[in-house]
Formats: sequence, C-alpha cells, structure tokens
Amino acid sequence: MKPLSIDQFAAQLRPETQRSVYESTKSTHEKRTKVLFDHFPDPNRLRELAGQIKQHVIENLDTYLPAVEAKLQAHGAKVHWAATAESANQTVLSILRARGATKLVKAKTMVSEEIGLGPFLEKHGIESLETDLGEFIVQIDHDHPSHIVRPIIHKSRREIAVSFEKNGLGAYNDEPAVITRRAREFLRQKYLQADVGLTGANFVVAETGRLVLVTNEGNSRFSLAAPKCHIALVGIEKILPRDRDLALFLNLLARSATAQQLTVYTEFISGPKAPTQPDGPEEMHVIFVDAGRTEVLASECREILRCIRCGACMNVCPVYRQASGHAYRAVYPGPVGAVLSPLLAGNRFPELADLPKASTLCGACSEVCPVNIPIPDLLLRLRNKNKLAHGPSSGTPPMGAWSVLASQPTAWKTSLAFGKAVGLVPYVPRAFKPSVLRAWDDHRTLPEWRGGEFRRWLAARKR
Amino acid sequence: MNTEREAILSRVNGALVPLSTRAPLPDWDAELAKARRLLGDREALPVFTERIKLVNGTALTDPAAVVAQLLAGGWTRGYCDPALWPQLAPHFGPKFTVSTEYDRTRVDDYAFGITRAVGAIAETGTIILNDATTSRRLGALAPWVHVAVVPQKRIFLTMAEAVLELGDDPNVIWVTGPSKTADVEGILIEGVHGPGVQIALVLP
Repeated sequence: MKPLSIDQFAAQLRPETQRSVYESTKSTHEKRTKVLFDHFPDPNRLRELAGQIKQHVIENLDTYLPAVEAKLQAHGAKVHWAATAESANQTVLSILRARGATKLVKAKTMVSEEIGLGPFLEKHGIESLETDLGEFIVQIDHDHPSHIVRPIIHKSRREIAVSFEKNGLGAYNDEPAVITRRAREFLRQKYLQADVGLTGANFVVAETGRLVLVTNEGNSRFSLAAPKCHIALVGIEKILPRDRDLALFLNLLARSATAQQLTVYTEFISGPKAPTQPDGPEEMHVIFVDAGRTEVLASECREILRCIRCGACMNVCPVYRQASGHAYRAVYPGPVGAVLSPLLAGNRFPELADLPKASTLCGACSEVCPVNIPIPDLLLRLRNKNKLAHGPSSGTPPMGAWSVLASQPTAWKTSLAFGKAVGLVPYVPRAFKPSVLRAWDDHRTLPEWRGGEFRRWLAARKR
Repeated sequence: MNTEREAILSRVNGALVPLSTRAPLPDWDAELAKARRLLGDREALPVFTERIKLVNGTALTDPAAVVAQLLAGGWTRGYCDPALWPQLAPHFGPKFTVSTEYDRTRVDDYAFGITRAVGAIAETGTIILNDATTSRRLGALAPWVHVAVVPQKRIFLTMAEAVLELGDDPNVIWVTGPSKTADVEGILIEGVHGPGVQIALVLP
C-alpha cells in the first residue's frame, strides 16, 4: 500500500491527538522564547555563533575526528567506527558477546533509532530495554517516537495506562505520578541487573575528549552507575571544538528543547570510572557512526549536520503541529526531518522526496534553530534535487494539460469560455471526483472564476 | 574494523576536498553565555539559593535544618559518605538509621543518600559531583532524597566559569534539581529514576 502523504496523514489524525500535539508544541515554543529573551539581551547572537561553530566543525571533520579519537583512547576508551547501520549494530553485538553480556539498558539515543538497534539485539537474544520513560512506553507498545525530545507527545495518559496494565505493570491507573513511579520501580531493578549501559552523546569535545550527555530523568546516569560497561553510539557530526563552547551549547540546548535553563543531569564522561569509585563502568566503548552522514556532508545540504536534536523546529512548525511526527514516516520528523530523513535514506531518497515539499517555507524553523540552520533553503535544494532526478511528485495535480493550453493562445482562449465550469466543482458529488481533486477540494475552497478579465480589459483599451 | 575507519575518513576527505574555503572557528566572548539578567551584582550563594529553589531543589546552610527536613518527610533510613559522617552524626537523633556502607542489593532501603559535591553553579542552581568526591554514584542517585554537601568556596557564579573547571576527573555530573519528566501529557513529575528531593547543604 502506498504510504500516506503528510496532508493525508494529518487529515485522518484523531482530533484529540492533533489537539494535544498542537497545544504542547505551542506551549513549549512560547516558554522557550520567553526563557531565552528573559535571560539574554540578544539570543540571536548566541544562535548565530553556535551555528558558526558547528559549521566550522563539520567542514573540518577530517582533522577533528582523528583528534577526538586520540583523546578518547588516551582516556582508556576503546574507539570503533561503523560505516553503516548494520555495522554499528554488529559492533554493539560483538562487544556484548565478548563480555558474555545478555542484558542491556539503553538511555535515549536517536542514532540507535536510526540503526534499529533495539529490534536487532532482541533478534539476537539480548534483552535491550529503553529507560527514558517515553521511549520505554514506545517500546512496550511496539510504537515509534513521534518527536525527538517528547517521544510520546501523540499518546494520552489513558492509552499509557492501558499498556502498563497489559504489560503487567499494575492495575489500570492513568495518574502520571503513578505511571512514573511504576516505571521507576520496574526499571531500577533492570539497571542493577544489566551488563551494559548504552547511551548516545549530545556533544563530544575535541580538545578534551569528553562525551557530554544530558537527560532530565537521570536514566543515563543510572545506566552509567549500575552496569560495568558503557557503550556510546555517536554520530560523527557531534563534535565541539573546546570545553568553553559547551557554555554556549548547553545554554541553547536546554532552552530550545524544553525551555529549561539547564537540563537536570548534564554528564561529562572522559573514560571508564575512576579506580577509587565503586560504581560505574570499568570498560568504555565509543562507536562513531556514519550511516549516511558522509553523504550528507558531500551534498549541498551539509548545514543540516549542525543539528543538535533539540526539537525546537518541530514545536514551531505549522505543518508538524497539524500532522504530528508519524506523518513523516522516518526517525526524524518535522522540519529537520524533512531535510535529514530523505538525505539519510541514501538510495531510498525518492520514497521520502515528498517530505521537503510539505512546508510553506514560512521560515519559523530557521528563526528558532539554536544552530541557525537555513532549513527553508535546504528544503528548496532538496525539491530541486528531486526534480532533477525526475523523482515522484505526489500531492501535486498533473500540470500536463495546463501546459498544453498555456502554450497555445487559441486553445487558451477557448478554454477560458469553459472556465466557469470550475465553479461547479464544489457541487459535484464527492464520490464522482477523482482522488487528486478530492484531496485538494476537501480542505480548500476554490476562488470564484475570473478568467478572461485581462483579455477583456485589453480589448476595451485598444478601442 | 580498521578498514571502516579508513572508509569513513576517506569519505569525509572526499566530501571536504571540493570546498574552496572552510568555515573558520569563531572566537567568542564568554560574557555572551552568562545570564547577566538573572545575576545582578549579587554574590554566588544568594543566587544559588534562589536558582536551586526555582528548579524545586533546596539549599540549606545548617545541618540541623537538613535533619529536620528528613525527619518531617519520614526519611529516616539512609546512606552517608563515611568521610562526612563524623561531622554530621551529632545532628542525627536516635530515630535515624544511617549506614556508611552502600549495599547495591538493597537500593530501596535507603530513603536518603548524603554525599560530597565538588562544587555548585549559582546561575543555574546546579550541584557538581565527580568520581573523586562522590563516595558512591548509586548513593547519590538511587535514594528518594539526595543531600549534597557543597563547599561554599567552590560555588561558581556562572556555567561559563564552571565549564572551564571540569578538570581531569573521568566523570563529572551537574545536577540541577530533582530528576524529572514531562513525557506523560506534558505534566511535570519529579523523581523518575533519580531523587525526587534534591538538597544542597552548603558548608564553609
């Protein structure tokens, strides 16, 4: 079956889902703006600077990557490289096998979603458990996250209570406090039993080889306090040059993502635990993942690699607010996803080529982006890429007939006489309309037909 | 494995070679990243006390006040860093059972954990822990209440200053208030995996 386009998906979204996505994205966006402008005289200056720093990093990855590798190794971490999703999954599995590990707890990482790590490990007999509350609920529901910061923004507390009951996590109770406490009790045993804690990284500092991880729940900290081995999956674009740059990025990330001044737990990891510390990993592995990033780097959309995954562009986007994240049919939804997902798809680009078109190019995403990514420009470049590749153009009515008429004056003039018939379209019973017409007509009102006015005006003027 | 490294680095090189110029690394004034509007001309301690309160944490300067809060909450069993206990023990009455050893098979038996912080950040109401000063990572994380003993001289005014002093400890963690989530319908709930109550005991 052909997947639904974004507007078709939005049209069939349940009203309560649509309302909750709309309201919570809008409120996060408003709080973000307030907290930035209340605290800083010129937040735009911060965004521009952060954008310049990240652009510098991605244009100098050839020197930064070996430098950060050397730092990590000097701290006692083992560094691995994975060119593809499959190889990243295999690398994780081989680290687990070498330790005889069968249980893994996972803090939220978008890279692991990209590469499908959870299902892969389960297929190989490893218990792999999400520990972020939202991701945990996504996992027990066999669902997918619909927002990169708020994975279950599309779910109601009632749905969550039902899945908790179904999964043996207590009798039906939809109080958020009760849901959270039950997850706490269940998951802390899992942390303590786990052999390995797996995380992503928000930043990696080249100068010092520090991995920086932020969470509000403390799940990444627990994953690095109970298990004896730490694996970090890191996209190759995650580098920052210096420790001092963190002040800029941490300030921007928390405010942009959740309108906080600082995320609750901000952890700086430069190797296995100190020898005097009883808790935490004795072994640390860092896997640098490409999985399509070098192709993005080679493309004319490389600016998207600046992204720090805050989700602010989703919260402000009029299309995301109406359509919700699953409409984008990819791990990364929203404006950033409309650029990144088709690019990361590699030769499956045509399947997602409609995403860059699902935008009004209003530019709100670019105005809130903490690293100042010119998202509307990139969307246009991708539309162009699709056109040049003669990719599919779903959602656009066929323009062939129009181009015949428009290139022949007599045919054009004749057609104007029949133009008034367009005014009858709304009166045609829905069942008789072709699906393309239906998709347009259901949500749009045709203007009154005024064709031929210019010709009449010109004719009158001559006389 | 090594071949993948070479493959990735050669693709990176291939992507960057066509660029005629590379974006330079901007230098920037650390002052820009300081939330001056929150700080005013105040000293670190009053700012810290105000900011930690805004993230639903508490800063206290009297050990007796911490003990009173633990008692009021019914949190009478807990863990304390052995290095701190001689100094704090006189404040705890007979109603308390405090262990200076942490048994990871009994995580839920400790209602509170008392550990040393290496410092704090006033601007954000953050306490700073690291492997060298935290006696047990779990002792500061798993109990419902965490009390961090913060040396007053080590309160940085801003995050921009603290980030330059991360040092060479393999694990530094900044904790800003209790553990929290808003995953369920955007409603704020505290005490998800870490503490639901975060106290900073600031001592000279």
